[in-house]
Amino acid sequence: MNAKPRLPTLEPTTGRETKPFWDALSDEKLMLPRCDTCDHVVWYPRQFCPVCHTMGVSWFEASGRGTVYSFTVARQAFGEWKAVVPYVIAYVELEEGPRVLTNIVECDPDQLAVGDRVELRVDRSPDGAGVHRFAPVS
Amino acid sequence: MTIRGQAHIAGAFEHPRREIPDLTIPQIHAEVATGALADAGLEFDDVDGFFTDSMVPGWSPISMAEYLGLDHLRHFEMTESGGSSYLMHVGHAAAAVAAGKCRVALITLAGTPRSDRGRMRGGGSMGPESQFEWLWGSTGPVSQYALVAQRHMYEFGTTSEQLAWVKVAASRHAKHNPDAFLRDEVTVDDVIASRMISDPLHLLDCCVVTDGGGALIVVSSDAAAGLDRRTVPILGHGEAPKHMHDGRIDLTYTGAVWSGPRALEEAGVTVDDIDYVSIYDSFTITVVVTLEDLGFCEKGKGGAFVADGALESPHGRLPFNTDGGGLCSNHPGNRGGMTKIIEAVRQLRGEALAPVQVPDCELALVHGTGGSLGTRSGAATLVLGGGS
Repeated sequence: MNAKPRLPTLEPTTGRETKPFWDALSDEKLMLPRCDTCDHVVWYPRQFCPVCHTMGVSWFEASGRGTVYSFTVARQAFGEWKAVVPYVIAYVELEEGPRVLTNIVECDPDQLAVGDRVELRVDRSPDGAGVHRFAPVS
Repeated sequence: MTIRGQAHIAGAFEHPRREIPDLTIPQIHAEVATGALADAGLEFDDVDGFFTDSMVPGWSPISMAEYLGLDHLRHFEMTESGGSSYLMHVGHAAAAVAAGKCRVALITLAGTPRSDRGRMRGGGSMGPESQFEWLWGSTGPVSQYALVAQRHMYEFGTTSEQLAWVKVAASRHAKHNPDAFLRDEVTVDDVIASRMISDPLHLLDCCVVTDGGGALIVVSSDAAAGLDRRTVPILGHGEAPKHMHDGRIDLTYTGAVWSGPRALEEAGVTVDDIDYVSIYDSFTITVVVTLEDLGFCEKGKGGAFVADGALESPHGRLPFNTDGGGLCSNHPGNRGGMTKIIEAVRQLRGEALAPVQVPDCELALVHGTGGSLGTRSGAATLVLGGGS
C-alpha cells in the first residue's frame, strides 16, 4: 500500500535498547521512551535516563505532531541523495519535548519556515522498516 | 593550581602546502615536527611529551612516536575533539608541564582530505545516537551548521549579508598570504551570489578543504628561559563539550559560553583586553555565534558586530584570522584549530605578515570548535600573552 518514498529510505540500524522504537514505526506508530523514575521523555531512545541517571524506561505513543525548530535545504548532496536535491533536513520539536533530526517531505522547500506545524509520515525502507519523517500540517 | 605563565609556546610551524598528494600522513607529521622544533631551537631528543589526534595512523600516539623516533617520552595523550583538539592539547600540555610531567611537549597535526577526495572518508565508529541521525541525507558539516545559521536568523534577524562580512574580512587578509589557498579578495555581493550549498549557507560561507598540517612546541618556563627564540606565555585555557542535551539541543549557542570565561578567568583578563582573536571559521556562522558566546558582543548581535569590516586587521575593532583563516587560507585535515594557534603566535611575536600585523599585539584569544555545532561539539579557548 505504501508508495515508494521520494527520498532514499535506508534500513535503520537497530539495537537492543532501541528495537521497540523501530518496531513501532513499522506499525506506523511513533513510540517514545519515558523514564520510569522521573517521567522525563528521553531522546535519543535508550534504556537509561540521562536526567536522573537511572535504568528503565516505558514506551508510550507520541502524538506525531511538532513544529520545525530549524531546517536546511540541501542543494548539493552525495550518493543516492544527489538525485533528490533539493530536500529538507530539519530538527522537529515534538509536542513531547525532544528535538529530533529528520526530513520534511511533501513540501515546497522554498515555502517552509521555522515554526511551521508538521506531523508524522512513515516511509518504508526496501525491507519494509518504518522511518519517521514529517510533513506540513495542511 | 593554574597553568598561568607556567608554560610557553616556543615553536610553531604551519606546513606551507595546501595540496600534498606526494607525502604520506606520517611524513607530514615529520615535516611539521621538524619545522616547529627548528623554530624553537630544540631537537627531537629534547621532546618528552607528545600530543596528537585520533586521525594519526597506527595504534595510539605510540605508532607515530615510533615513526618520529621520540625516544624520551614520559607523557603522551590523544585527546580527540575534532578541529579544537589542538587547543586542548596546548592546555593539557601546559598542565602537564606545570605538574612536572614533561618539559618539552610536541603537538602535531597532519591530514590530506583534498588529495583523498573521492576515497573512503573516515567516519569514526557508530555512536549510540547514530541510528537516529544518519538516515536524513546529511551532507556533512555544512548541512548541520546550516541548521545553526537558520535558527540564528530566525531568532535574531541575522542576515546573509552580515555572515558574508566574515568571509570578506578573511579574504582581505588572505590576499597578503602567499600560501593561502584562496587569495582573491571577495565582496559581500560575491558571497551572496555564490552557489547555495545548504540554505542559508552559500559556497563562500564555507571553509576550504586542504591538505596540510602544523605543529607546536610547548615548554616549561625554565626551558623557555634557555631559548633564544621569542616564546609566548600560555595564560589561560578552558574547554567544554556541548552535546544534544537529551534531545533538547539549543542551536543558538556553543560551548564557548563555558570555555571562554574559564580561559579568561585563568588569565585574569577580560575580552576588552584582547588585541587579536583567532576564531574557528569552519563557516561564517561559526564565527558569529562564537564571538557572541565569548562575550565580544551580546547574544544575537553577532551579525551586526562583524559587519562593515569590524574583523579586519589592523584597523577593525577586533582583528581576526589574519592569515586568511579556514575560510581562505588553510583547514588542514578538516581541522582548523592548529592554524588558529599558529597565527596567534605569529601576531604575538610580531611576525604576522606586515599588512595585517596588529600593532603592539600583547594579548590574543584563540577559540576552537570541533565536531558539529548542529549536534555535538567540543569548544576550547586559549589566552596567550605577548612574546618574551
